[in-house]
Amino acid sequence: MMNTALVVMKRELRGYFTTPLAYVFLFVFLFFANFMTFRSPFFEARQADLRVFFDLLPVLFLFLVPAIGMKLWAEERKSGTIEVLFSLPVTVGRAVMGKFIAAWLFIAVALLLTFPMVITVNYLGSPDNWVIAAGYIGGLLLAGCYLAVSMFCSSITANPVVSFILSVVICSLFVFADYPSVLLVLESFLSAAMLEAVENLSFVLHFESLRRGVIEFRDMAFYVLFITGWVLATAVWINGRREAG
Amino acid sequence: MIEVTNLKKVFGPIRAVDGVSFTVNQGDVLGFIGPNGAGKTTTMRMIACLTRPNEGTARINGHDILKDSLGVRKSIGYLPENTPLYGEMTTISFLGFVCEIRGLVGAEKVREIERVVQVCSLSEVLYQTIETLSKGYRKRVGLALTLIGDPPVLILDEPTDGLDPNQKRDVRRLINNMASYKAIIVSTHILEELDAICNRSIVIHRGRIVADGTPAEFREQGGGRIDDFFEAVTRGRE
Repeated sequence: MMNTALVVMKRELRGYFTTPLAYVFLFVFLFFANFMTFRSPFFEARQADLRVFFDLLPVLFLFLVPAIGMKLWAEERKSGTIEVLFSLPVTVGRAVMGKFIAAWLFIAVALLLTFPMVITVNYLGSPDNWVIAAGYIGGLLLAGCYLAVSMFCSSITANPVVSFILSVVICSLFVFADYPSVLLVLESFLSAAMLEAVENLSFVLHFESLRRGVIEFRDMAFYVLFITGWVLATAVWINGRREAG
Repeated sequence: MIEVTNLKKVFGPIRAVDGVSFTVNQGDVLGFIGPNGAGKTTTMRMIACLTRPNEGTARINGHDILKDSLGVRKSIGYLPENTPLYGEMTTISFLGFVCEIRGLVGAEKVREIERVVQVCSLSEVLYQTIETLSKGYRKRVGLALTLIGDPPVLILDEPTDGLDPNQKRDVRRLINNMASYKAIIVSTHILEELDAICNRSIVIHRGRIVADGTPAEFREQGGGRIDDFFEAVTRGRE
């Protein structure tokens, strides 16, 4: 028997490509990724790497990933199809997993489609392709974090727009947590230990070493825990709502 | 096959369902009637494991709704009110999705889709997206959804709502054809429907069962008219 999580995942993925959403997303993502990367002093820098692109990802994802995540549950609730889904023999955990993996895979496809950049830098010079590969792994994990937050936001409201705004706000907290200006403000009333804790919650901080090609255990642990936590929270929330009403 | 014991559900200060008990056996079609907001949908949703009762429980085909929700949902085909469906999917891909969730793949899946498509007369709209279907067809896709995997229990929330007279007739005929080997609960506003499809019916009002009997008994008590009886039991208690 096929795993029900896989069945849900397949349906979701197919759903992306039967609506314009997927194509709009891919177009916007690829346009900005390429435009911003090659517009910046990419050629003047005379360095064959994708640093500029990976620098850009945290901000690019901030608006694009919530756009993918916002519909995951909010739309099901709004249209009432959630009733159909859960009247079938599928557990909440598997449905949540299926939807999350479908959206994540979709973003992975978007990332893969930036391959012409890799070819370009390889044509122009001889970059360290391991560093680039680590950057892509980091990018995918980073997207997973945004997506996990967005999926949770999507599960607590039946309104996709509310879900989008909530996810952007929450994600930006995690993106800007290690910005010097933010830390400067926090410094005035947080102890040093707490300041470090806040800094360590930053998506960008953990993306830093991956982007330089260093795969560190603590960064991996952060991503895995962060994603698992929010995905679990989604499942718990949806289960709770089912029991209540 | 369906044993409901003392189900209660409270939403804030409102007692939506207040101690409902009944049993439905194989071969029974139970008609659920009552004014809007009487608690019909909430009762059905509890039986289908879509919401948890505050008190009481139900056993469906031997599975307890509190302890074995997956087992219950394997035994139930549920049609929600207003038939919400994935609009962007085509009829055939939607039915295929339901088959796969119910564990039917490959040749079994193909055979099952063929069967329900035939039973619900959907062959003309197989490759149309659901959002482009007429209300009648949407309802039929919804019914097809409940039939996949041939579950022994059907719970249909207003299956004929919004259909034209011919379509209503088709749906009733469909239910009659399956009645002998399933246990079915149907909710409706339409009193004549009770005669057409149900061999038993329950009137729910303000979360409680106010009458339980056959449509013929109801008619007798209403002095020949079911609507008189309905008015007496639901208005008389306000």
